[in-house]
Amino acid sequence: MKRVAALALMAVLVSRPGFAQFDLTGKWASRSGQDAQERGPGPDAVDYTGLPLSDEGRERALSLDYSLLSLPEGQCGYHTQFYIVLGPFGLHVWNEFDPVSARVVAWKIGGWVDRDVTTIWMDGRPHPSPNAPRTYSGFTTGRWEGDTLVTTTTHMKADMIRRNGAPVSDEAVLTMYFFRHGDLLTIRAVIDDPVYLAEPLVRSRVWALDRDGKLNLGNGVVSPCEPIAELPRADVTGLVPHHLPGQNPFVNEMTEKYNLPREAVLGGPETLYPEFRKKLKGYVPPVVCKRYCGCEGLGVPCFQDGSGVAR
Amino acid sequence: MSPHVLLVVAAIGLAWPTFAEAQGRAAGPGRGGAAQTARASVPIELTGYWVSVVTQDWRWRMITPPKGDYASIPITLEAKKVGDAWDPAKDEAAREQCKAYGAPALMAVPTRLRISWADDTTLRVETDAGTQTRDFHFGDWKPAAGPPTWQGASTAAWERPRQARSVTSAGGSLKVVTRRLRSGYLRKNGVPYSADAVLTEHWDLSTDPRGDRWITITSIVEDTKYLREPWVTALNFKREPDGAKWDPTPCSAR
Repeated sequence: MKRVAALALMAVLVSRPGFAQFDLTGKWASRSGQDAQERGPGPDAVDYTGLPLSDEGRERALSLDYSLLSLPEGQCGYHTQFYIVLGPFGLHVWNEFDPVSARVVAWKIGGWVDRDVTTIWMDGRPHPSPNAPRTYSGFTTGRWEGDTLVTTTTHMKADMIRRNGAPVSDEAVLTMYFFRHGDLLTIRAVIDDPVYLAEPLVRSRVWALDRDGKLNLGNGVVSPCEPIAELPRADVTGLVPHHLPGQNPFVNEMTEKYNLPREAVLGGPETLYPEFRKKLKGYVPPVVCKRYCGCEGLGVPCFQDGSGVAR
Repeated sequence: MSPHVLLVVAAIGLAWPTFAEAQGRAAGPGRGGAAQTARASVPIELTGYWVSVVTQDWRWRMITPPKGDYASIPITLEAKKVGDAWDPAKDEAAREQCKAYGAPALMAVPTRLRISWADDTTLRVETDAGTQTRDFHFGDWKPAAGPPTWQGASTAAWERPRQARSVTSAGGSLKVVTRRLRSGYLRKNGVPYSADAVLTEHWDLSTDPRGDRWITITSIVEDTKYLREPWVTALNFKREPDGAKWDPTPCSAR
């Protein structure tokens, strides 16, 4: 009996939150003070600013015709785990533990309407064979480095890294770093894709512990997504909507809207660094913001253009 | 001693460092003891050269956004009035080209950082964009009297893991709180912050699978006059091997 009690005491000691460095469990509300257009209404059609696309990645992105999303197989599509730092939603995190040792076996981050549950295995299990099938959720393991949870995700399907077709391949590896400071949780995500990115893409996002449970978890959809045939020709002819190389009709849209040179709009690693601003010398912004100007919540429009539509 | 007692002793032994660490942490920053300076007790090495990698809000950071573009910032109506009246020519005439280079905005400006120790208790962060200097003061430092400045008065403390039992439990982070700010812009296009704004930052360090080292700064700007709620962002800087690309430039209002 004493032996059992001693063993139980040890189990309790090793499983307490201190051993896990910090406790992730709970609901975390998004605190997005960045990327409002990208998270909300969505990016412009050909806006690859801030993306280290390779030439192949850029060509693939420019081939996207939005009608692709109207195909039955595109209507209920999921995103990969990188969407955690792209999407607008909160996080619901819990853990699963070994009933005997009480050690955390896995952290779980609840899914959204278009992202599967993230399971972060903490028990040291290996990743599957490189030839194993890909899924949207992929396969994730985690480890603690001091007070930082570091996760590695492999075996994800090909997806977009921006909702305008900027691609990521199924060879990509996602590494995430979880930092907690009081009630704030920051995740820095690094996606390394040898196919479509010339260098890893790094993004960060912040959440705050939600004590009153009012957060948007992005999974409040009552009925499941039901794809229908929106493009009858697709059923008949196998049409795949696309733009051929050099024929994307939106390639000049950002230049016309924001006076940006095409070189900047099309992204690439050189555009991410301060010295690229020298190539933008003499840039003249539009006179006034006319779209997605960020006055939601103020009760007044940012801009009215006479159309009766406040922007 | 019976095996049962041994087990209990072992369990307490395992738990003790956690308890001791927690007590040490409660005693305040600089847990290395009164004789140890902030410089001597660094849990993370921040000194060196670092560069902004602008993968987020590119159109709001790499170029000056149009007047009236407040996207991502939870402004008040009063802030909108100020922002709608933004006139860079006026700022130039008033020699206030550095209004968008104050501490609450500076780390979002595409820049390189040069981080060094000014003395044993002052960590210095310089930017080549706008040629600005921020000093982070550890310990019981009190700001000298005088007018508020673009970079304000910053107090700093190391934050360390709660326990050190695991061999991987090294590390920690830097917390910086900045007050006494001269009012300026959160963004180049005149989105304002007031002299009452308070900036809190958490600086974290991590290393990529490729071996690149990164600073991630979680930044919280609180300003009841111009913000409806705290403005929270996270910014990333990549380590550079040396200062070969260090390129000081003056502030620009446009």
